[in-house]
Amino acid sequence: MAWSFAKVFQNLFSSTARLVEPADWENLEDTLLQADFGTTVTDEVIEAVHRIADISATLDTDDLRRILGEVLEERLSAFDSTLNLQSEPGAPAVVLVVGVNGVGKTTTIGKLAKFITSRGKRVIVGAADTFRAAAVDQLATWAERAGVDIVRPQHDGQDPASVAFQTVERATAEGHEIVIVDTAGRLHTKSGLMDELSKIKRVVEKLGPINETLLVLDATTGQNGLNQAHAFLEQAGVTGLVLTKLDGSARGGFVFAVQESTGLAVKLVGQGEGIDDLTGFTPHVFVQQLLD
Amino acid sequence: MAVFGNLSERLTSALSGLRSKGKLSAADVDGTVREIRRALLDADVSLDVVKSFTGKIRDRALSDDVNKALNPAQQVVQIVNEELVEILGGESTGLHFAKNPPTVIMLAGLQGSGKTTFAGKLAKYLRAEGHTPVLVACDLQRPNAVQQLTVVAEQAGVAIFAPEPGNGKGNPVKVAKDGVKFAKQKMYDTVIIDTAGRLGVDEELMREARDVRNATDPDDVLFVLDSMIGQDAVATAKAFQDGVDFTGVVLTKLDGDARGGAALSVRGMTDRPIVFASTGEDLDAMEPFHPDRMASRILDLGDILTLIEQAQKNFDQGEAEKVAEKIQSSTFTLQDFLEQLQQVRKMGSMKGLLGMLPGAGKMREQIDNFDEKEIDRTEAIIRSMTPAERDNPKLLNGSRRLRIANGSGMTVTDVNQLVTRFDQAAKMMKTVAKGGTPQIPGMGAVPGGRVKQVKQSGKKGSRSGNPAKRAAENAALAETATNSTGGAFGVAGAAPEPDDKDMETMRRLLERGGL
Repeated sequence: MAWSFAKVFQNLFSSTARLVEPADWENLEDTLLQADFGTTVTDEVIEAVHRIADISATLDTDDLRRILGEVLEERLSAFDSTLNLQSEPGAPAVVLVVGVNGVGKTTTIGKLAKFITSRGKRVIVGAADTFRAAAVDQLATWAERAGVDIVRPQHDGQDPASVAFQTVERATAEGHEIVIVDTAGRLHTKSGLMDELSKIKRVVEKLGPINETLLVLDATTGQNGLNQAHAFLEQAGVTGLVLTKLDGSARGGFVFAVQESTGLAVKLVGQGEGIDDLTGFTPHVFVQQLLD
Repeated sequence: MAVFGNLSERLTSALSGLRSKGKLSAADVDGTVREIRRALLDADVSLDVVKSFTGKIRDRALSDDVNKALNPAQQVVQIVNEELVEILGGESTGLHFAKNPPTVIMLAGLQGSGKTTFAGKLAKYLRAEGHTPVLVACDLQRPNAVQQLTVVAEQAGVAIFAPEPGNGKGNPVKVAKDGVKFAKQKMYDTVIIDTAGRLGVDEELMREARDVRNATDPDDVLFVLDSMIGQDAVATAKAFQDGVDFTGVVLTKLDGDARGGAALSVRGMTDRPIVFASTGEDLDAMEPFHPDRMASRILDLGDILTLIEQAQKNFDQGEAEKVAEKIQSSTFTLQDFLEQLQQVRKMGSMKGLLGMLPGAGKMREQIDNFDEKEIDRTEAIIRSMTPAERDNPKLLNGSRRLRIANGSGMTVTDVNQLVTRFDQAAKMMKTVAKGGTPQIPGMGAVPGGRVKQVKQSGKKGSRSGNPAKRAAENAALAETATNSTGGAFGVAGAAPEPDDKDMETMRRLLERGGL
């Protein structure tokens, strides 16, 4: 596995089990903090592990690892990570992809389009990132790789809401089953840009409901991921999370806090630059990857 | 610009307990250190850096000379500040220009850290400094990165060298080499090489970056780092240091609300200076990074120097003198006020300016709620007046006011408030201009006046609780403090003292801005 706790947990989870020492607890805390769990979740996890561990008189490192795994998995499992792509006949399912700059929205859309087409559905993508230089071309390249249609803005600087609208319109007319709309990256602190997102939503919803508004979060992000999620939830009605760049050395521990404080589930995970490097989110697998 | 906003809030609250206590006990120190540790971790400062940082604070805070000091609480603030300054890196160094042009600057960093946008900003910045930069498109990996750089080059008004279409085609090492050759031929004095984003763990791409480096022998390799990055900052920075050995760091997206602890982490782990701070999507949104100022910003002392610098750059000196004269001769009119508003506008957003004032941390929330549109509304009101009315507000009777209100889409109350405020401010400015008060005389009101009330129960439009006004008053306080004994926090040595001329500019600026 490209990313895991393995290295940092080396002392703690050595191949041979031995009795847990006080220093191990400190190690555990450091490890969680270094995986971007944040101080609050770290404290809570350690307390939860303690509660279970303290019952046992003789606790070895294998037990500790197992308990940690259970605690983490339980916290993640509280959320439903199913991607909702159900559509009525004649009306496409609409997925809006949002996030701050540089988290990998366009790449995620390319992968998601491929993922869905390979399951036999017709997909069309809408290039509503009309702000960043060459963003439309970038999406077009991904659309080509995924073998899906794309709706481009008709002129430079066209209102993103109208591009989104046209995409859904065309999908309905041509019988595409799923629409994925790319939006410009925006810092969640810029209220003007966040208003633009609500406008895109409003306009698209004139044609029918939006199935999913996915917030893309970069795994290398620290505690700011929390602020991002709250802002996008509040102003763009996010329904699910995508965690990208998990193929690096970052572990994305902040998603625990994000899921729990927003109630949003991680639905997709991006682990590389290849078009097939996108998978659904399974708590068990995620935790095993953390621990292995 | 809420840079380090939350971190400074946390430290302020961690230290507020100390400020009110006369003597320090070991328990006090431990409690404070725990708070600082938490604040730093929540700000994404890397754990190792946090540990060594808090260790130093604790040791120094408990040492004898501190306990014997007159005000131990202030000493702890000083210690925190000194250690922050030390980690953030003492003096800022700037770029290394080659003796024989072209100077080669290579950019490297993770995907999505903002390299291409920064390339454009750097090019524009260098052009404004009188250089002739050329951008070289070596990101042949990401789809359409080359197009993006081309557009950015056009926006920045600089040349670009992009022989390869990208999208996985072409050899970046060759492009980089040819780019330098191209610059020599065409007499460009600076070459900025944009490279593909890569993960620290991707050895193959890292080798490619190293090859680009070896082939072009850059004078500076800038590591572009997203200020929102978490604990991974250390692993990433180390990987890039081992991989391409950068000479400086650029922090991007500082206009967001990330606490920016990465700045501390990277400095603490790599001892490479942070050279630039990038603060927005606009190509002008970039400034040299000032470690000393950033440290004092964390400690909520504000960033007066950056404010002054920005003001000096944008504020038209001639204009300013003309206005000063007018104020003295009491012919300052609403028309002049309107022009002043537009001057202030040129300096950037009010939020940005307010955020840089000392004491701003305490009213961060109000600043964030400050509505830039208020300035538009004030402009609208003035623009709805006839030239005669602008010159002589006394003309404004009830029916004229109603006409203006209708014309600007505001209410008569709004118009009344603007006129009253203008009168008061004009009077105050006259006193000051005649040499009355040596201090900043409060700001009267913000340009554009009405600021959304946050916790004030007063009616909308009430002047008290006005953040800008508070900012000015805080500025005045801080100014008195610095001018007296080196500051309430004893940080005289930490940040360069603004000289008299700067303070004068600052004062003028605030008068203008505040009017």
